[in-house]
Amino acid sequence: MAKGNYEKAIVSLQNLLSENEELEPVVAERIDEITAELQTTGCKSFDPVQRIKTGFYYFKTEIYDKNSELFDKLKKGQEPKFLVFACSDSRVSPSHVLNFQPGEAFMARNIANMVPPYDKIKYSGVGAIIEYAVLHLNIENILVIGHSACGGIKALMELPEDGSESNDFIEDWVKIGLPAKAKVLAEHGDKTFEEQVKCCEKEAVNVSLANLLTYPFVSDALVNKNLALKGGYYDFINGRFELWGLNFGLSHPCYI
Amino acid sequence: MARPVIQSSSLCNSSSVDHSRILRTQLRFLGIEQPHFRLLNLPKYNSALKLKALKEPMTLTKEMMDEKEMSVVTESESNEFTTLKHRFLNYKKDKYMKNLEHFQSLAETQSPKFMVISCADSRVCPSNILGFQPGEAFVVRNVANLVPPYENGPSETNAALEFAVNTLKVQNILVIGHSRCGGIRALMSMDNETPSSFIRSWVVVGKSARASTKAAASNLSFDQQCKHCEKESVNCSLMNLFTYPWIKDKVNKGELLIHGGYYDFVDCTFEKWTLENNSRVDNQVSIRNREFWC
Repeated sequence: MAKGNYEKAIVSLQNLLSENEELEPVVAERIDEITAELQTTGCKSFDPVQRIKTGFYYFKTEIYDKNSELFDKLKKGQEPKFLVFACSDSRVSPSHVLNFQPGEAFMARNIANMVPPYDKIKYSGVGAIIEYAVLHLNIENILVIGHSACGGIKALMELPEDGSESNDFIEDWVKIGLPAKAKVLAEHGDKTFEEQVKCCEKEAVNVSLANLLTYPFVSDALVNKNLALKGGYYDFINGRFELWGLNFGLSHPCYI
Repeated sequence: MARPVIQSSSLCNSSSVDHSRILRTQLRFLGIEQPHFRLLNLPKYNSALKLKALKEPMTLTKEMMDEKEMSVVTESESNEFTTLKHRFLNYKKDKYMKNLEHFQSLAETQSPKFMVISCADSRVCPSNILGFQPGEAFVVRNVANLVPPYENGPSETNAALEFAVNTLKVQNILVIGHSRCGGIRALMSMDNETPSSFIRSWVVVGKSARASTKAAASNLSFDQQCKHCEKESVNCSLMNLFTYPWIKDKVNKGELLIHGGYYDFVDCTFEKWTLENNSRVDNQVSIRNREFWC
């Protein structure tokens, strides 16, 4: 936009120049000024490489170099206590919201923070994350975090009834949350679409927690009390966080 | 919200200072609820368990906790809740409230400049190592930061790519590999004897990186081969990005840049490179602007 304005200004100055030749030195000077300004603006425009370079050097000098004990330990191996599922959304990184430090949380991020049910063929990506975290890293907590204004959940709620799909992959993925959608429609059918989406953002977390139980190594670890499951919901509109647990255990036997 | 239970009230007491501040800023925080999820029989991984789980998710949040159940809550579990609570409150105080305007406009919509694919490894979060702030990067994290080719069909990574490129219209895709990657190690040590597992079926996405590593670096030690493959698999993922028609199209139009990165946490260095536009000849992509930050 700004660039367009400059270009227009240059063109009009050039027109003026051709109409009135004695203005030439003045106009030439002005054109030089504008060009210089344009170049400065160009430099100020977003440079992705510079951005990550600055970010990395900040991390290296302010965090890595100042915590050598921690990072020396992490070189040898990771022992995270948490496996966290969070949405890919740029506003919800758990390293910010829950201040997870390097080494603390093994992290899966996907659209709408979904855990699909056990399926070695279709969902090997998420399965590999859970398997690695539970069997190889022996993590103690799995935390699934939903969030406000989630585009993935909105897409789920907007899925057409007839099952038709209009994009390549998104719909296929968010369908994992269909049980949550069905529940929301059954229980909150009278609410507005926005309210339904919000209900579904939380309900989908519960579907994911339930889906975690379909992985035998998760169920085993739960029964052996080596693992706890938690659900969370980050509302960035109101700055709130909700957290809930999922108890899992055997009751005392009843003799009949 | 469930009526107060010992667990959550003790959390409040332990942070009364924070709490009053919270009330002033109208923060409502932490509906900690301890739902039941009891199985009456020994759990087998049968359909009944599955059905129960799917049928009753709402009870997870709605049911209240009785006295008996409370005694089951272990001290360590309670501590974890407390820890998470304090972490969130600190984030809210130090970041959210101090940049309220920014966060309010972010709440309206996100327009990240980056789509980042990095490993699930706890040591390599891009928010840490590249300092991405809220709103800057749409992030997928999977084992070994792999991008499957388009023709492999749906996966969480493809769905996120589609959303980032077509809906959010990000201008940069960055795939970040890293040192001592367990997923790449699994890929390199796979043989016919390896039992079937999720990890195996996932990391096989990177099999061409494994093949080219074996061809180019077979004389090196296994550790060195893994390191070679960690970088090679990033290139393999970058190539796979070009199998997505909507990515290829945007790259050719100059609307999207594709970057590779490699974070070595052993000596804290970062290597980055960018793929050249419009230079696809015989399926070869040229790399430009390779930089090494140390």
